[in-house]
Amino acid sequence: MFDLSLLPDGGLAWLDASGDQSDIVLSTRVRLARNVEGYAFTGRSREGERLRILSQVRDAVPAVPSLTGGVMVRVDELDSDDRRLLHERHVISRELAGLEASSGARGGAAVYVGDGVGVMINEEDHLRLQAVRSGFSLEPALAAISQLDEELGRRVPYSYHREFGFLTACPTNTGTGMRASVLIHLPGLVLTKEIPKVLVGLQQMGLTYRGLYGEGSEVLGSFFQISNQTTLGRSEEELVDHLSNVVRHVIQREQEARRVLWRDAGYIIEDKLWRAYGTLRFARSLTFDEAMSLLSGVRLAAGLQLVQGLSVYTLNKLLIFSQPAHLAWSEGRELTDAEADIARARFVRQALADEVGPIQ
Amino acid sequence: MLCDVCKERDATVTLTHAVKGEVNVLHLCQRCAGERGIETSFSTPLKNMIADYLPAVQAQTVNAQIESLQCAFCSMKLSDFRESGRLGCASCYTTFDQSLRALLRRVHGNAKHAGRQYEAPAPDLLHEVTALGDLRERLRRAIAQEEFEQAAQLRDQIRGME
Repeated sequence: MFDLSLLPDGGLAWLDASGDQSDIVLSTRVRLARNVEGYAFTGRSREGERLRILSQVRDAVPAVPSLTGGVMVRVDELDSDDRRLLHERHVISRELAGLEASSGARGGAAVYVGDGVGVMINEEDHLRLQAVRSGFSLEPALAAISQLDEELGRRVPYSYHREFGFLTACPTNTGTGMRASVLIHLPGLVLTKEIPKVLVGLQQMGLTYRGLYGEGSEVLGSFFQISNQTTLGRSEEELVDHLSNVVRHVIQREQEARRVLWRDAGYIIEDKLWRAYGTLRFARSLTFDEAMSLLSGVRLAAGLQLVQGLSVYTLNKLLIFSQPAHLAWSEGRELTDAEADIARARFVRQALADEVGPIQ
Repeated sequence: MLCDVCKERDATVTLTHAVKGEVNVLHLCQRCAGERGIETSFSTPLKNMIADYLPAVQAQTVNAQIESLQCAFCSMKLSDFRESGRLGCASCYTTFDQSLRALLRRVHGNAKHAGRQYEAPAPDLLHEVTALGDLRERLRRAIAQEEFEQAAQLRDQIRGME
């Protein structure tokens, strides 16, 4: 099995809850789509071309300070469990992991994992540069990714058009090639049923939302990814500023919703959240969806200061480690669904006991 | 029904008018109606039809031209793009310029990049080994595909770098 300790911070530095508003915003991610001049885009490329792109990037990396100390992982050489593991850890996308393709990851699929930044190679575009930060940190993430982009772009020639900007396989990414997103927890707005209005508002303001695992994934546990919809016609800074302003507003509404909930339905909420906490501490079998929903409740309870001594970091880690591939990895063997549910319940019980202490 | 005036052609216009408190109904053919200065309603759609028809024919010709476009680099056609939603290479942006411009405007509300400007690195800054390897590979493929003119250019480029 793949040794995750090889990755800087296990690829999980963004979970440490050190960023702004990290009780509501789990993480911030900015990615840039780039293609290498002279090759067909990934969808129409041959394996030989993808391997040459990979070697071109590999040759460039020593001259890219942003990637110092990083490691390269050949995704195409990993088995499906390991690819799933990296995807669950948000190190690689579903597309790069080849989880939907029966043939697995495409030849030449690889990822560079540096400190808070990474580069996926031979994704839908030849290069997907990304920067991830804990909490609500759009500007620092943009600064890090711009730096990496500049360093790499000096060594690897990008496809660029003076009118259309950076050229991407999908026209929805053309221009800046930038998708900036925040992973945000909005249980207050979900419980007060305000969320549909907020989501419609986002779309009217040129933003879009998805579930926890990106495009096509469903919304679980009130976790949303909010990102810019358009990439052309506005600068990277303007797009990030706009997203930042809207997200700040959404955070305020979430805080307001939590106040209202607490004021008008305090004991109902208290009961609901303690039940979630109780289930997580005592259940002997938990499905992933159930765990997500309960963790969402406990996260809200921690935010309302109902449960003491439970850190946001631990809750973040539970979100990652209660996923199927992570459970199989920590158990050291393949698990059936039923076995995974039992392992999940055990893992969650243990993590909470370690943090808060045994139940008296 | 025949025209009340010429009694020759079919009446297609019904003219209702009041004279001294009495209602008269006249059935006229288009020509006789026209002579009396009456705007006939059905000549208008005909005019519209012709007005619509000509650009439509022109558009069809243009569409057929656009549909038959094929990217010289990756041989993608518009129909491929419609199916996959993904372009094949950077040259597709030039090949399908016209269609893409409209699409980009619809998707982004704008078709003009306003973000970071980029200048590709000068060739000497690029890793020479990679560039050379790349050129040799392209030379090999050009020869295999019997594109000798391109092959000659590539050979000269490689000699220059060596």
